[in-house]
Amino acid sequence: MEAGTLTSSRAPRVGLRLPGVGAGLGRGLVVLYLSLIVLLPLAALTDQGLSQGLGHFWDQVTQPQALKSLKLTLVASLIVVLINGFFGTILAWLLVRDEFPGKSVINAVIDLPFALPTIVASLILIELWGDKSPFGIHIAGTPTAVVVALMFVTLPFVVRAVQPLLMEMDREMEEAAASLGAGGFTVFRRIIFPNLLPGLGAGVALAYARALGEYGSVLLFAGGLPNTMVSSVFIRQQIESGNETGAAAVSVVLLICSLLCLALVSLIQRWAVRHDRASSELIPTLAADGTGGGAGA
Amino acid sequence: MTANPASRWALRVLGLGYVLALLLVPLGFIFYKTFEHGVAPPLDAITSPDGLHALKLTLITVAIAVPLNTMFGIACAILLVRHKFRGNFLIDAAINLPFAISPVVIGLSLFLLYGTTGWFEPALAEAGIKILFSVPGMVLACMFVSLPFVVRETVPVLQEIGTEQEQAASTLGANAWQTFWRVTLPAIRWGVAYGVVLTTARVLGEFGAVSVVSGSISGQTQTLPLFVEKQYENFNLPGAFGASVLLALLALMTLLAMNFLKRKEDA
Repeated sequence: MEAGTLTSSRAPRVGLRLPGVGAGLGRGLVVLYLSLIVLLPLAALTDQGLSQGLGHFWDQVTQPQALKSLKLTLVASLIVVLINGFFGTILAWLLVRDEFPGKSVINAVIDLPFALPTIVASLILIELWGDKSPFGIHIAGTPTAVVVALMFVTLPFVVRAVQPLLMEMDREMEEAAASLGAGGFTVFRRIIFPNLLPGLGAGVALAYARALGEYGSVLLFAGGLPNTMVSSVFIRQQIESGNETGAAAVSVVLLICSLLCLALVSLIQRWAVRHDRASSELIPTLAADGTGGGAGA
Repeated sequence: MTANPASRWALRVLGLGYVLALLLVPLGFIFYKTFEHGVAPPLDAITSPDGLHALKLTLITVAIAVPLNTMFGIACAILLVRHKFRGNFLIDAAINLPFAISPVVIGLSLFLLYGTTGWFEPALAEAGIKILFSVPGMVLACMFVSLPFVVRETVPVLQEIGTEQEQAASTLGANAWQTFWRVTLPAIRWGVAYGVVLTTARVLGEFGAVSVVSGSISGQTQTLPLFVEKQYENFNLPGAFGASVLLALLALMTLLAMNFLKRKEDA
């Protein structure tokens, strides 16, 4: 938009150029780098997945263990984002509207799952909730472990998506509702929740995309047992047993699911802007929120 | 919302209890568990030849992947914000891909591209270049997973600062490089720094993608996260926890840096 207003005037364009190279060459280099690092490998993946025809692709995706792992991944991720949607909203509310000692520490520590390597998380979880659990709770190697590991890695998404919306929210509506006799819960249900919905939806979709692909944190803690094997662990196992086409086929399915999540996030963003629910900067795209979304492995 | 005291306390117990159980207890536990029998066992594990090699290799991947992705990130952000172009939305969408793709899938993609059946195999074999199961493959995996951060953190800052100062500089005769170094970069530095911190944290901790392409050979192609896994599988818990504590300390430093930069950005 800035560029648009500039080209119409006779302002010198010099300062706007990519230094060293012009816009054209600059764009070429950026696209080249992006292609070499990201797009070319993904093309190779899709090529391998489909290399033996659609029929073979379908067979690989629908073999019992592949289907089972896909189902576990989709269902566990859904449970996890619902739990984190609930607790994430509460945490965002506490961090914006409440005052308590240690609030800034809590606010900083929310990002821990983004910063802590996932394999470290997995190691801690298995020592904490495995056979040697100091609390006597043994969930390692069960489907519950998948859920707990995913809860850990996706916690920040909803908090960081809802927080900015709560900060910007106009308190007058709530006060008006309260003065008209609405109770705390009614105010939340009728006023606050609808206003948070775009952020909550985007945060949940981002968390879901992340949960679908999670590998490190599940690996040691939930393991590769038949009933705890998520798709990423299954793909790894297929690679190790030499079935690269099968691994690629399941990867393509996982890739499509993640892309749908991304598309959902951008739909939510457009919807929110069109209905004037929030300005576009407030709804997180993938880590474009400036609040540090999306790090971690 | 002016919640009544009862529901306010209920929300505090729920929210803070969740953070305590999910984040704080595990964080404290790792330090307790590592130093349970003193400083010596974890320290010995990290200073073992394999441990030191893993540390060195991790730092090498950071030293290559982070500067390259930073340069790309700044250039790409300038392109997306300052040069409106019809195809920009495609670049924008492609940049988000690494966030949405499973690390294992990223590893597999590189594995297929550079592996024995891969597209580049004949050319690479002829030139005698080894990418898989060696350092170049691991660096490529780290570059893939951490590509978006600098772009994503720089774009909003660039949008916010506008173009008046850049225009003023060029009206006064500054060339493109001078404008960039003296006007644009100082204005976006905290945003870029925030992106660099996220990139570094991601490269330091990357596990899934690297584990597929590296082969995880002790003393050769093992970064610290791979070292943690291997030590755990070999029932060497002090080794696994020693390396984990090192990574956890780096994660805490990351959080401090994020906090510091956020304040600078807001100020």
